[in-house]
Amino acid sequence: MSEYIAHDAQGKTVGLVEKKYFTFAEPPNEMVLDSKAKLGPITIAYETYGTLDENGRNVVLVLHALTGDSHAAGYYDETDDKPGWWDNMIGPGKGIDTDKYFVVCSNVLGGCMGTTGPASIDPKTGNPYGMRFPFMTIADMVRAQKALLDHLGIRQILSMIGGSMGGMQLLQWTIQYPDMVKSAIPLATTMRHSALAIAFNEVARQSIIADPNWNNGDYYGAVKPNLGLSVARMIGHITYLSDEALRRKFGRRLQDKDDFSFNFEADFQVESYLRHQGAKFVERFDANSFLYITKAADYFDLTRNDASGSGVQAFSRAEARFMVASFTSDWLYPTYQSRDMVKAMKKNGLNVSFCEVEAEWGHDAFLLPNQRLTNLVKGFLESVYNDIQ
Amino acid sequence: MTSSKPENLRFDLQVIASWIDDGSRVIGLGCGEGELLHYLKKHKNIRETGIEIVEERVAACIEKGLSVIQGDINEEITDYPDNSFDYVILSQTLQQVYEPLYLIHEMMRIGSKVIVSFPNFGHWHIRCQMLFKGIAPLTPQLPYQWYDTPNIRILSIRDFREFANRVGFTINEEVAIDSDNYYRSGKITRFLPNFRATYGIFLISKTNG
Repeated sequence: MSEYIAHDAQGKTVGLVEKKYFTFAEPPNEMVLDSKAKLGPITIAYETYGTLDENGRNVVLVLHALTGDSHAAGYYDETDDKPGWWDNMIGPGKGIDTDKYFVVCSNVLGGCMGTTGPASIDPKTGNPYGMRFPFMTIADMVRAQKALLDHLGIRQILSMIGGSMGGMQLLQWTIQYPDMVKSAIPLATTMRHSALAIAFNEVARQSIIADPNWNNGDYYGAVKPNLGLSVARMIGHITYLSDEALRRKFGRRLQDKDDFSFNFEADFQVESYLRHQGAKFVERFDANSFLYITKAADYFDLTRNDASGSGVQAFSRAEARFMVASFTSDWLYPTYQSRDMVKAMKKNGLNVSFCEVEAEWGHDAFLLPNQRLTNLVKGFLESVYNDIQ
Repeated sequence: MTSSKPENLRFDLQVIASWIDDGSRVIGLGCGEGELLHYLKKHKNIRETGIEIVEERVAACIEKGLSVIQGDINEEITDYPDNSFDYVILSQTLQQVYEPLYLIHEMMRIGSKVIVSFPNFGHWHIRCQMLFKGIAPLTPQLPYQWYDTPNIRILSIRDFREFANRVGFTINEEVAIDSDNYYRSGKITRFLPNFRATYGIFLISKTNG
């Protein structure tokens, strides 16, 4: 979620990496989305780290969250001041050991970091899609990822790992392509978006839509709805932290002053922090992508066709071995939601592990360096790797 | 830390391990750091599951490659379909269970064979402390003061036999041992077990199948 938090490297880096592109679904073979709309051509931006085994049994698919991208680890060039968003987890000898595994990470459908999204050119008009971009679902994102793996010649996934919306994609994977997925590590995620999560997303979307510069999504080449998007990001950041995290990080401390200013400038450090996060975010993210992707997350509900609402029916198709982890202070996808998922897996006789990791940093905990999480991932991956050799 | 040779496995766990058939499905309730499950996975090729409530221990299990769920055994056990396992193990935890009868019935439901071990409250050491000192006993096996003990159910080997009789399940195996948690060694106590053994270990199953 708040990818690109400054963090210390947990060890060696994968070094220089390259963003690559794959284009498919050229008309007339467009991809048919859940909404029945057709989309094509589709370009997927992706990166790979490590080496694919001859037998193709060492693939780890990393799935990013709402505002992440394909750049999960390493540096694009020597002058980069920061590595990919999960560099503390992915690299030689790290939790996802690139000396051992072949790691693939792609930007989601609808994104704005190289994969086709609302900011891409609609070949029918020669202009950016904007609001003409079709509505999509998590399952559509997964279909696009499947096309990429087919292109890369990957038939079996040793493991997939992702937090938050990345976790939703991997859960979808395990029931959409069950025979391909040997194991999966859903982190800080849910089988369905709760009313709370939808509520925050809706406020964030409305702040974009209310920005006059949004102009019904048609702002490319003009002034962008930066105010709306930055407020959307500020809301997001509150949900990614926790009461405790905010208290520890900021308390009521004032920003560069000793007394109140008695105006609407940022008096408190927390205000200043949120404004800073908002301002940084608009430089790298497209407002329309934010609208479409949050909607896809809101639509996500694996239990939708399940009369009991328990998810037992959904996971009846899954075959993967699971390692589920939640974080104690996560109030966006609280532990009870992971427990519901584990329960549905157990009732299907699936091989599942679950750990609630003690962490004070709220939902963002899955992205931050955490030795416990690193060790869990490492141990689990080794075990599934040994099982299929 | 992890034992791979039987002689490195805690003695009471060696006894339990000797009862488990190769390739069976085993669930350990309150499995701690997974010493027994790890041994069985390595040497008996079992399909393992563990339930453990303490995060650190759960993490230790998962890091070893074991499938373990963090949670309360009384709640977690209810999710498993009937006959999901060949063996259901409750090792040295019965004395801490609030509703032992309910739990044992659940264990019988999810598995065909149930293994239960517990510290024997009938040990002479304990009897002597009660008799001569008049105090709640403290032993290496039951080291807690009355006010901070997790051991809320005090039972002896004889109590368990009578319990089996009353609620109606069959004792298939029964071993009394004189051993200590901190030592890898121990011996089976055949003479006056309820007086001389520190732990009782039972393999039970539903009467009539």
